[in-house]
Amino acid sequence: MFINGEKFEFTGEITISDLLKTHGFDCTRVAVERGGVIVRKGEFDSTKVVDGDKLEIVTFVGGG
Amino acid sequence: MLEQDLYARNLPDIQSKLKCGKAAIAGLGGLGSNIAVMLARIGVGSLFLVDFDRVEPSNLNRQHYNHSHLGQFKTDALASQLELINPFVSVRTCCEKITADNAANLFADYSLVCEAFDRAEFKADLVCSMLAAGKTVVAASGMNGVGDSNLITTQRKLGKLWLCGDGLDSPPELEAGVGFMAPRVMLCAAHQANAITRILLGLEEFT
Repeated sequence: MFINGEKFEFTGEITISDLLKTHGFDCTRVAVERGGVIVRKGEFDSTKVVDGDKLEIVTFVGGG
Repeated sequence: MLEQDLYARNLPDIQSKLKCGKAAIAGLGGLGSNIAVMLARIGVGSLFLVDFDRVEPSNLNRQHYNHSHLGQFKTDALASQLELINPFVSVRTCCEKITADNAANLFADYSLVCEAFDRAEFKADLVCSMLAAGKTVVAASGMNGVGDSNLITTQRKLGKLWLCGDGLDSPPELEAGVGFMAPRVMLCAAHQANAITRILLGLEEFT
């Protein structure tokens, strides 16, 4: 699996929510794209990723 | 005053594209108020301004308001300024809190949405929902303090997302919302305004 271009060894499947937590992301502050498609926030708990998926994760910080 | 006189120092041959340009600005604080002013000055044809908040004294260190606007809704205070700067811009306002439930409806008529909120969670929510709806999004993340100006960049992310800022969170010793000042917030706002301008002029590639 690739996260922001970096390769991670991975077997099985995991939800986006659990993957984000495992990799130290705050689920409330990110936008996630899987294979070029945006994952809606409400689908983080139900969307599963498997080995070979390419994820792009953008983290937001406050201020404006 | 003739409209064309306002644009005598603009680049030549771009005005009709800008005049046809439409952008929605979500949040009218340090980013959104300054972005709106820049886009109005150069003649972007239609702006949609959305915020539910009123102007307060702590806004004046970075937001495009002055003492006469204190207590006014930001939508009203900003629209009245834009009218004075460039009366040829069509300005629509909505004084409402943007939520996950109403965002799609609010921005239905706009293919280009500028995220200019302050809270990270709201930024993420809006960007996700707008990208999922197929819109082009220009967002900001990270412009706290007086760090190096050159750390603020515009980057392409996630297909149709342009992300401006330094990406760095505010220092933990500061309270939330503290440390945001005109120079760096306006630098980031200018990145967003220029990204919007480039998109409207067809200078950015879409994948």
